[in-house]
Amino acid sequence: MITLAERINGQFLDVKKAIKDRDPSVIHELAKKQTEAGATYLDINVGTAAADQEDAMKWLVESTQEAVKTPIAIDSQKLSVIQAGLEVIKNDVMINSAQGDPDVLDTYMQLAKEHNAALICLTMNKEGIPQNVDTRIEIAAEIAGKAMEHDVDMEKIYIDPILFSIPVDQKQPTYMLEVFNQIKLISDPSPHITVGLSNLAQGTQEKSLICRTFLTMAIAAGMDTALMDVLDTELMDAAICAEMLLNKQIYSDSFLKAARP
Amino acid sequence: MEIANIVDKCAGTVSEVTIGATKDEGGTRGKVVTVGGANSIPFMDFDGSPGHKPAIAMDVYDVAPEEWPEPLLKHYADVVNSPADWAKKCAEYGADLICLKLDGIHPDKGNRSADETVSTVKSILEAVDLPLIIWGCENDERDNEIMPKVSEAAKGERCLLGGATQENYKTITAVSLADGHNLITQAPVDINIGKQINILVTDLGFPTDRIVMFQTTGALGYGIEYCYSIHERGRIAALSGDQQMATPVICDVGHEAWRAKEAKASDEEAPQWGSFADRGIMWEAITATTLIQSGVDIIRMNHPESVSIVKKHIENLT
Repeated sequence: MITLAERINGQFLDVKKAIKDRDPSVIHELAKKQTEAGATYLDINVGTAAADQEDAMKWLVESTQEAVKTPIAIDSQKLSVIQAGLEVIKNDVMINSAQGDPDVLDTYMQLAKEHNAALICLTMNKEGIPQNVDTRIEIAAEIAGKAMEHDVDMEKIYIDPILFSIPVDQKQPTYMLEVFNQIKLISDPSPHITVGLSNLAQGTQEKSLICRTFLTMAIAAGMDTALMDVLDTELMDAAICAEMLLNKQIYSDSFLKAARP
Repeated sequence: MEIANIVDKCAGTVSEVTIGATKDEGGTRGKVVTVGGANSIPFMDFDGSPGHKPAIAMDVYDVAPEEWPEPLLKHYADVVNSPADWAKKCAEYGADLICLKLDGIHPDKGNRSADETVSTVKSILEAVDLPLIIWGCENDERDNEIMPKVSEAAKGERCLLGGATQENYKTITAVSLADGHNLITQAPVDINIGKQINILVTDLGFPTDRIVMFQTTGALGYGIEYCYSIHERGRIAALSGDQQMATPVICDVGHEAWRAKEAKASDEEAPQWGSFADRGIMWEAITATTLIQSGVDIIRMNHPESVSIVKKHIENLT
């Protein structure tokens, strides 16, 4: 599966402090560790700490690139912060993320095309996050339509149907599996499906187990990408095992070892 | 109306393996053979590159075959006791590679010594300039004793050595690595073991792009469909991005086809089966042409006429 490693995020205290002190060693280490753990992309989010988010994003991207060549996902809700990150990007890049309003999508699709970037689009719009399957699918279809309109390769589009934490809405994992199934039917080839996996377990005591269990269910329903803790080896192993059980990898006695990074 | 583009893009590519080394490359071969490279299912060149076309390896044995039927034996009757002359004959018959099968080192089939075997290998290297496959006798003890010597004697020639099995892979992998040869990984018509043995040898540091996989072949009427399915599944996995499966594949058609009773029964024994003179040739050719569709890259064959039929068939498909 495609993994976005979540640790370079200003909401973690070590990263927050590193941004404040402009100490790249913390970022270098996280970049290397997550790359070695098999991250496809390193997600970079400045969090809310920095006063100048644009400058903080540039510094984080540059610091990460000093350590590794792993593709970067520039993670911000602000267009200006994403643009700041894109200015200094050297390797393959993903934009995380755009909301599903038509005018917003026009801007972000253009940006993705300009930078040959992958793009995560959220199934939410001005009216907020839909609380049902159908509206999420409608927005997902609109996203796929916009990608075609702007001639962006569907391989580059990642739809995020937005996962809440279990304490916030316990009904949601069930219908989210239905959302995944339906997104796969939107187009051929279909867009990727991604979630912020760790969100699911926010505020719970069994974070790793909850994420791991949902991950395997979600992979079975068609999700192929997640923003997640790649340093959790049991979580990464569960993804490998799920793909083998779904016949995406041929079994061998050493299948786990062979598929690990 | 615009017609939809239904081209299938594959995520994976089968690695390219080059067998044989020219003088410039440290060997003495007049030509080399490169197989693999497919990025599409066999012969679907509109989807991607089907890679190099399948190559024909013709078998030479280090001891005279005991049970070859007359329609096959007659083409080799004067050379079965001289592997070097046998190899020359195969070259004349259009072989792309020579496959020296060392049945004679088996305790039950002659128990030939390492020295004798090394001189056989050297005589073939001198007699022909085609790339060489050298395959043991599948008795672990004898293979582990003889193959290191054979490997050393052919050092620099970038041969293809066989075969590493799940139970016995360390010696042959180590010598192939040390002497710069390619390696056959062998499984008993079992996709899981096929992948496992590739993982085992790559764990020893053997590069994936020097591996050729062998799933024990079944001839027409003798399990070809199992063999076909395994090849097909392995190739689809390779094209889907499974790097452990992304190696060229070899199959042993000649030996398997010519031991079928349909190839061996005389006109008197089976008058209703059609001419004895043609049956074995057709059995071998049909087995080969069928397996070619499953994505095999090297086909071991015996009869000059079957070879000629299969080569024409490959030309027609490419």
